[in-house]
Amino acid sequence: MHADPKGVLTGIHFIDGDHAACEGALAAGCRFVAGYPITPSTEVVERFAARIPLVGGMFIQLEDELASSIAIQGAAWAGKKVMTVTSGPGLSLMMEHVGYAAFTETPCVFVDVQRGGPSTGLPTLPAQADMMQVKWGSHGDYEPIALCPNSPQECFDLMIKAFNLAETYRVPVFFMMDEVVGHMTERVVIPEASQIEVVERKWTTKKPGEYRPYETDESLVPEMVKAGDGYRIHITGLTHDERGYPAMTAPAQDKLVTRLVNKIRANADKIVDIREDGVAGADVVVVSFGMTSRVAGAAVEAARAAGLKVGHLRLVITWPFPAKRIRELAATVKAFVVPELNMGQMALEVERAAAGKVPVLTLPHAGGTVHEPAAILAKIKEAAQ
Amino acid sequence: MSATELPVCEIENPVMPYLRQERLPHIWCPGCGIGTTVNCFTRALTDSGMDLDRVAIVSGIGCTGRVAGYMNLDSFHTTHGRAIPFATGLRLANPDLAKVVVYSGDGDLSAIGGNHLIHAARRNMDLMVVCVNNFTYGMTGGQVAPTTPIGATQTTMPYGNFENPFNLPFLADACGAVYVARWTVYHVKQLAKAMLEGLKKKGFVFIEAMAPCPTLYSRRNRLGDGVDQLKYYKEKSKVVNGADTKEVGLTFQGDITVGKFVDRDRPTWLEAMNEHYTHHFGDRYTPYGGSHAQD
Repeated sequence: MHADPKGVLTGIHFIDGDHAACEGALAAGCRFVAGYPITPSTEVVERFAARIPLVGGMFIQLEDELASSIAIQGAAWAGKKVMTVTSGPGLSLMMEHVGYAAFTETPCVFVDVQRGGPSTGLPTLPAQADMMQVKWGSHGDYEPIALCPNSPQECFDLMIKAFNLAETYRVPVFFMMDEVVGHMTERVVIPEASQIEVVERKWTTKKPGEYRPYETDESLVPEMVKAGDGYRIHITGLTHDERGYPAMTAPAQDKLVTRLVNKIRANADKIVDIREDGVAGADVVVVSFGMTSRVAGAAVEAARAAGLKVGHLRLVITWPFPAKRIRELAATVKAFVVPELNMGQMALEVERAAAGKVPVLTLPHAGGTVHEPAAILAKIKEAAQ
Repeated sequence: MSATELPVCEIENPVMPYLRQERLPHIWCPGCGIGTTVNCFTRALTDSGMDLDRVAIVSGIGCTGRVAGYMNLDSFHTTHGRAIPFATGLRLANPDLAKVVVYSGDGDLSAIGGNHLIHAARRNMDLMVVCVNNFTYGMTGGQVAPTTPIGATQTTMPYGNFENPFNLPFLADACGAVYVARWTVYHVKQLAKAMLEGLKKKGFVFIEAMAPCPTLYSRRNRLGDGVDQLKYYKEKSKVVNGADTKEVGLTFQGDITVGKFVDRDRPTWLEAMNEHYTHHFGDRYTPYGGSHAQD
């Protein structure tokens, strides 16, 4: 279906990534946001708070990130498309509720405008060091989805995709910006509402009495209802059966956790989003994501100008990771180069998929600024030897 | 008649339609007071005449946290301490709901969830909070709680509690709750009536229900069984409606002040938002709320 025009600010804008992300959420149909102020993400909720009264929806600033990350889930079960917005320290506080969303299959979007860490770290400066936290941060096994925009335009475009994925798979979806992408101002084109495809929640057509909240077909994604519709649902963070009732046995745990990870693993080929540039025939492939992909792009061009056969593979979606594609490339390239604004997180995934067939050269950076293109170029040259 | 041929009871327990009967038996111990509060809650629901399809219940974690799972309503068993913010999202996102009830224990609501309790009261969020206070963490084996009276022994206060407890009605009152009451599970009629008033009241309602935990709190403090605690409630309770909440703090097996302490009116968070935006935006603003929002 098409976007609700009330939330779509059609036109050409000159705005930063945080503001564009907010417009993306509004266009996607997000009508409930709860948040707690934290640099460098606050502009997202500031704009939402200003825009939402006339769009028709709700913003509430709550007492902390724990409250924000669970209030949105209450709102999701009341029928709304929902989002919360934070940065590293707040994301750490939200982790228990990431698990609650995964286990109760509550569609929701967590925006993380990444800054340097650990702890309070560098509040106003960039990093990409939360990549593994969003994959593994909450206890237990689950499979999240994470998107990495590299421009204000993508903050708009990919945010719509983030909401669509959250609704399609009923998982917590992470929108992994960083301080630079959040505060960079560029041209953002917002199309007509009729040009924006949004995914409606998978509402059940069954009647109360027939409906079981966690019964699934081959899609592995159950149908949803909302509180107040007469279904008298029970939702719990305990291991549960198809009725939603606690079922704390090893077989029930096996059945539920297996389905939850499989609904992403079995659909990974559909979800994976990579952008390849000159990968065929390349000796070296640079694997990058988010802001770093723009710096890496400059380094790749310089390397080509110097006569090297270099490809660029950009992870638009980092989770699920495109392991299959990296495995294929590991059979044809001489080496991978992985620059990232952390001490080597996604590089571990590239190494895992490459499985020792070719070297994976990391280019860690503790954050605070972006890489120098020259540093990435030097690493490409090293890899090409 | 042999022992296996029990007489068939023709009269259904009036509580049964409110419960998910397929989930029984419940987990609560003999003599526990939580079930009694649930009985009172079902009576309040009956008397309220509310459309039960539009009543939702949210619990946190713990023995009382299991209440949501037994109620035949839209029910949510959330994370430890976070029932109030979950309920806040549910309440605000679907104003068509007639009532959102938070039903949880003293540890869940006032320790790990204490920050949410005070802020929801401050905002006058339209929620009815039932706090079953058994003075201990029952589910985890009887640890000290923010409500444990000085002198009571708990597993993590093995030589007796020396920490000052919360006076929960005073806390809720000071933070702005519009309705504050305390009853014990001895006072079933009064507790049911308070819950009925709470269901009908707009804004942040806080009802403390004192309840025995014979397995842990009573046993460790040599207070006898559930009946002994009810006798204590009966003998030491004094009804003081409108009591100054500052004066209603509890001591170990001491006097208990029960009653309706606070009943006042002020705009709920949603009413305040709608009024403010209508004033600010004029005709451009459509007040937020569903078709039943004015019920």
